[in-house]
Amino acid sequence: MSPVPAAGLPRIAPKARLQWDEVRKRHVLLYPEGLVALNETGAAILHLCDGSRSVAAVAATLTQRYQTEGLERDVGAFLDGLAAKGLVTYGT
Amino acid sequence: MAPVPTAPAPPLWLLAELTYRCPLQCPYCSNPLDFAGARFKTELTTEEWCRVFREAKALGVLQLGLSGGEPLLRPDLETLVATARELGLYSSLITSAYRLTRDRLAALKRAGLDHVQISVQAADAELSDRIAGTVSYRDKLAGYRYTKELGFPLTVNVVLHRANLHQVEALIRLAESLGAERIELANTQFYGWAFHNRAALMPTKAQLDAAWQVVQRERARLGARLEIVWVLPDYHEQFPKPCMGGWARAYMTVTPGGEVWPCHAAGRITTLRFETVREHPLEWIWHESEALKRFRGESWMPEPCRSCARRAVDFGGCRCQAFLVTGDAGATDPVCSLAPHRPVIDAAVAEVERAAAACVAPPTLTYRAAPASRALAAQE
Repeated sequence: MSPVPAAGLPRIAPKARLQWDEVRKRHVLLYPEGLVALNETGAAILHLCDGSRSVAAVAATLTQRYQTEGLERDVGAFLDGLAAKGLVTYGT
Repeated sequence: MAPVPTAPAPPLWLLAELTYRCPLQCPYCSNPLDFAGARFKTELTTEEWCRVFREAKALGVLQLGLSGGEPLLRPDLETLVATARELGLYSSLITSAYRLTRDRLAALKRAGLDHVQISVQAADAELSDRIAGTVSYRDKLAGYRYTKELGFPLTVNVVLHRANLHQVEALIRLAESLGAERIELANTQFYGWAFHNRAALMPTKAQLDAAWQVVQRERARLGARLEIVWVLPDYHEQFPKPCMGGWARAYMTVTPGGEVWPCHAAGRITTLRFETVREHPLEWIWHESEALKRFRGESWMPEPCRSCARRAVDFGGCRCQAFLVTGDAGATDPVCSLAPHRPVIDAAVAEVERAAAACVAPPTLTYRAAPASRALAAQE
């Protein structure tokens, strides 16, 4: 079964900020009273979420970059998880 | 074999208490009882705070709380916010919103402030102003409106106690109507002025149970639309809270005068000597301060903590609470049902239940204000 791509163009919510943490050598998504520590893939996904690309387009870009297949489901699940916390929104 | 000493993990949070001056007089204030005494009479300068923020960021801090007292009383707040933003700190303003104007908040937005938390003392003006000891409810509502208009994420902060726990539903509805992202319903933690006023502030078990029912129902209704944070009333719990995620593990407070504490209450532990940022770099303090090292990790723990499976869950609870209740900051947190001092907590809770059942009016509150503070400091 193929995953249903989330409708809309993902972007980081205004209350959240993607940032490099020099001390711990990782990207973090900062938000009120908390943060999400990101691995390299998570950071790469969020860097592409500028409100101009669909989830499919984000996945396609990463598929090309990492020479790997079937990323769309993982990208969608990752972004839906952040959307559930209000850290990513889907625009049009 | 003794464990090999390792460098502490970098801190993630800094609470900058910019001043202890405050127009409000909440009787549960977490500031020191003797805030108006000699120990706390100086405040760091703008340059000193900016240096503290730089050193904090270099040390690993990512989250900055700008608090007090009332941080809006610092005319350099915009400069401090701008510095924090430049450094990449995520900044939260923790304020009463007393006399906050839209222009001031807009200036803070331009300076790069990320998040605004505004307290409210109750759901209606009459009770809120009575608990605050200062007419301030109207300013708060205006502050909430400005916060949303300017596009900030908003947290509504409420301290819960006997006189306002019945309003939990109205408080949640208020936060919902304001378009807040979060409401923090913090049951009073008994430190500072709250410890002094404990007998008057402590709710009954029935009040807490009723409020908790409301919270669960409202969480189900609101889902992700409004995050409802419920800070546990630890006197009524079986196990202690994991206070600050462990002593000096991830969090530090810098007081208005520059003392570095592992939380905003620890200055009360008179058996510890806290270093100041005026005398040492923050990095040195985080690594070398005897006070911060004293309860870091597990080697300080007495029984029953030392062999308890929960020691990795609650880190032995709260050192400040141990000191306030038992006189020994190294004792097991007395709220733990396994602690030798738990009967002291049980007695305080039972006394409140007895008085409530007999319809005895609670004792008079001591409001947080400079004259009362000086009188209390003189007594010590």
